[in-house]
Amino acid sequence: MTGTIEKQTPPQQIRFRDKKTMIIKCPYCGPRDVIEFTYQGDATRQRPDPASSDQTAWNAYVYDRTNPMGSHREFWLHAGGCRQHLIITRDMATHVISSVGFARDAVSSGREGDRP
Amino acid sequence: MTSSRLPQGGRIDRTKTVRFTFDGKAYSGHQDDTLASALLANGVTLFGRSFKYHRPRGVFAAGSDEPNALVTILSGDVREPNVRATELEIHDGLVTESQNRFPSLEHDFMAINQLAGPILSAGFYYKTFMGPAIGPLRSTRVWMFFEKFIRRAAGLGRAGIAADPDRYERMNAFCDVLVVGTGPAGLLAAEAAAETGAKVIIAEEKPVAGGSLLASAELIDGRNAAVWAREKAAALANLPNVRFLTRTSVWGYYDGNVLTAIEHVSDFKPNRTKGQPRQRYWVIRTGKTILATGAFERPIVFPGNDCPGVMLADAVRRYAIEYGVAAGNNVTLFTNNDSAYEAARALAQAGINIVAIVDVRADVSGACIEIASSAGAELILGHAVTGTHAGKTLSSITVQHFNAQTGHVSGAPREIKTDCLGVSGGWSPAIHLASQAGGKPEWDEDLQAFLPPEPNQNWVTAGSAAGYMDTVSVLSDGATKGSSSKTKPKLPAVDAPMFDASPAPVFEIEPAVKSQKAFVDFQHDVTADDIRLAYREGFHSVEHLKRYTTLGMATDQGKTSNIPGLAIMADVRGITIPEAGTTRFRPPFTPVSFGAIAGERYGDLRPHRLTPMHDWHLANSARTYEAGLWHRPMIYGSHGETVEQAYVREARAVRQSVGIVDVSTLGKIDIQGPDAGVFLDRVYTNMFSTLPVGKARYGLMLREDGIVYDDGTTWRLSETQFLMTTTTANAGNVMQHLEFYLDCVWPDLRVHLTSVTDVWAGSAVSGPKARAVLEACVTDTAIDNATLPFMGIVHGLIGDVPVMVCRLSFSGELAYEVYCGAGFGTQVWEALLEAGKPFDIMPYGLEALGTLRIEKGHVTGAEIDGRTTAHDLHLDWMLSKKKPYIGSGMKDRAGLNDENRLSLVGLISLDNQSINGGSHIVSDAAPREPADSFGHVTAACYSPALGKYIALALVKHGTSMIGNRAYATDLLRGKHGAVEIVSHHMFDPDGSRMHG
Ligand SMILES: [Zn+2]
Repeated sequence: MTGTIEKQTPPQQIRFRDKKTMIIKCPYCGPRDVIEFTYQGDATRQRPDPASSDQTAWNAYVYDRTNPMGSHREFWLHAGGCRQHLIITRDMATHVISSVGFARDAVSSGREGDRP
Repeated sequence: MTSSRLPQGGRIDRTKTVRFTFDGKAYSGHQDDTLASALLANGVTLFGRSFKYHRPRGVFAAGSDEPNALVTILSGDVREPNVRATELEIHDGLVTESQNRFPSLEHDFMAINQLAGPILSAGFYYKTFMGPAIGPLRSTRVWMFFEKFIRRAAGLGRAGIAADPDRYERMNAFCDVLVVGTGPAGLLAAEAAAETGAKVIIAEEKPVAGGSLLASAELIDGRNAAVWAREKAAALANLPNVRFLTRTSVWGYYDGNVLTAIEHVSDFKPNRTKGQPRQRYWVIRTGKTILATGAFERPIVFPGNDCPGVMLADAVRRYAIEYGVAAGNNVTLFTNNDSAYEAARALAQAGINIVAIVDVRADVSGACIEIASSAGAELILGHAVTGTHAGKTLSSITVQHFNAQTGHVSGAPREIKTDCLGVSGGWSPAIHLASQAGGKPEWDEDLQAFLPPEPNQNWVTAGSAAGYMDTVSVLSDGATKGSSSKTKPKLPAVDAPMFDASPAPVFEIEPAVKSQKAFVDFQHDVTADDIRLAYREGFHSVEHLKRYTTLGMATDQGKTSNIPGLAIMADVRGITIPEAGTTRFRPPFTPVSFGAIAGERYGDLRPHRLTPMHDWHLANSARTYEAGLWHRPMIYGSHGETVEQAYVREARAVRQSVGIVDVSTLGKIDIQGPDAGVFLDRVYTNMFSTLPVGKARYGLMLREDGIVYDDGTTWRLSETQFLMTTTTANAGNVMQHLEFYLDCVWPDLRVHLTSVTDVWAGSAVSGPKARAVLEACVTDTAIDNATLPFMGIVHGLIGDVPVMVCRLSFSGELAYEVYCGAGFGTQVWEALLEAGKPFDIMPYGLEALGTLRIEKGHVTGAEIDGRTTAHDLHLDWMLSKKKPYIGSGMKDRAGLNDENRLSLVGLISLDNQSINGGSHIVSDAAPREPADSFGHVTAACYSPALGKYIALALVKHGTSMIGNRAYATDLLRGKHGAVEIVSHHMFDPDGSRMHG
């Protein structure tokens, strides 16, 4: 069969992520299994000024990640629920979640994220 | 035959006879027998052959710690291997067979491996087959050649290939307190917890509650301990706030106090009720966990310790008391601690003859001496077993003088005739679940065992799991741990002699002259000498030791071998056991079937996405295929055409007259809000805030790292509303990408996103006659070039269905996308076909769609492959210089502007042969492997417009290569052909057709 590579892509596999690990208390939906959530990355990084061409700053934002053994702030999307992004403080060693809030609130109040 | 059924005793129901087979031979047992107890009752002592050396092995334990007696259950074509005979309840019609033997258990061909013993030592496979090259052969090839023989000779049971006909289900459960284990500690802990009104789940891996009490000679509150346990359990099970699960093994402890368990619902029954699952997989979320998991007896390692007839002392006791089975006529016990004397007391009460008790200690308490004498057993103190004599089963043992302080063996060997040796090397708390939960176990010098770690979640251990080894303190600890109050719990009275729980620190008997192997891990055939060899070869840490020797890595997870193995390692290193450390236990505690983990989730689990016109496509001979989750027409086949003939016919019709294609699968996102334009300016590389209402624009998105992310057209429906389209495959990702930026980066923007992919049905009408088709059916608006210019949008009606028409082109022809509510999709599609009849409108599928876009050099996911930049794809013209956007900060990085990058070109076949997608671009005229590739084909087709086989490719120095000859090579599929590199705009490069 001719045609493009794109057309021959095999069907997507659905993977079940039965992690059986955590319950996240979504401020909108209540306590839900982690399976409903999608990890969306480090919430401590600072996005450079959008007009900046400072490659060091952009490199740090896009690639540099610390892997602290202990408390860490991170974005999670409640993909199988209210679809709000949350900021979660999680202990990387024990997975204990000490705080959950809407990302919007935290970012708007200037504690996280970047300058628009 | 030395093992037999006792005339009385046991919790088996002797009024019921159960018939089963083992290795083709019919046997009978009683209701509540395990396969192990029933076979022992029938005088069967040989249960299987060992993993590596194919040595004859008997049953060693009486529970989940069994390393030897693994069998395969046969049910029709279905085989379930590696089931522990010690846990398998027999039922009428049960068919089982032994493992690791060929052709039969008694005459095993592979037992020749025993002769090869010295070369099958630790690390044998690595050294011989995976190490450096042997002669002229690459070592991996040697391994590949021998692997199938080795896998047959060594290994556990064989899995079947028949589909599992059974049902499994999964359950989620929530409770305040989960109690694991129903020995004396678990029962009182559960009772105390239930009294507070808490919601309690109790899980017991056996069919009955009681744990150690089931085989106890003690009296509790004046009653037989097993009876006391049964009554206590029945009372608990009746409480409304208690759920009592038997035959349920808790096998995993995860973060957040989540535990997993496997319940054997019906696999012990001859006939299952219709619809009843075989096993049930539990996920239990608990506030608090009480681990009353008891303790495992461990063996002492000595030469010849693996022959049938050598068992754990507690197992000998359990077969006698629980199942009314004498594991031998003349039992000897070998111990380093007092618990064997409790076993002796129980065995004597059951009427079993005890020949002798061999104790490594020179002195024992008066209570021990008293038991030995009343049992009529010779007490041999300060001695150890240094050898065994066995045919099919044990016939005698050799004992010699032993110094427990120095480990020194001396004196003349003395032979003792015995057909069953019960060994006790002390007890190890079952800390597996606690260890899984996290934390480092702590060594206890008194018990010579690891105690559970400090809790890192809300759990406690109770009873012997916490290191309490006598019934009185176990009961007390259980009641205390289960209750939240400080008041001292009322405890039942126990009538039992008090023993000292601490064993002599003796783990291995190592005579100077060894004529027999001394096994540590029976299931993986790891000997004490293998551990010493590993040490000599430099494997000093327990983690290395474990992997090199495979000690403790079999299905029993080293329940009996863990501590003896560590002790031997510590000894050769000259350090203490806690200094040698222990490895962390991992789930599962007991083997879990794949069926139970899958539960009801098997077969095709994907959602199938169908467009509103799907039934029409099928009714009109579409051949569909899956694009992501969508089913889309590939071609509309007819008259025995090949796929190529069909798409060429369809694509040709589009260029000559008009065609129609279902584009409902395109991702569609409704973007609304006062800041919608500003938002789009930030996510697209080009400007959208300036787009007039009623116009659409082609947009390009980058990732933050400057790589192209997605493309599509976005339509401005009002000042504050846009309709974004995305590629079909990327729709969900783009939605999530946009949501992330609105929530986490620009929460100040007043924009709302709604996925409307399934809300709209879309049909693209393309070709020179497209306008005529629309003019024939769209009312309430004009379609002419002035009203609906390129990239214009109008609203109208088809019949009485409101439609939105946007003039845009993926095919390069004059083309319109017609959108309507999804429910009207087929109605509008058919109306367009009807209007197109005079022009022979041709429905076309994805193959023709692809052909048209390849001819035009339009990119899709094949070119937007996560590695290409806008420059690579000749889309630099879309990069605004007036504003920042996602990716603008990093797009100018040196690596993304390197002159050696691949860029998009067209290819035309010079030998009139088709070009394979994925072919490499090389300069060699002759096929060669490996070739120096300087590019690859992303998409290929036959072009009816050009009358040639063409392709799109990403090629190094692409633009400056135009006009050159190269070769597209795909040696895997036997293709190598000359091509000319051309501009990716292969057809109608100035776009006059779509603007016409
Ligand atoms: Zn939510």
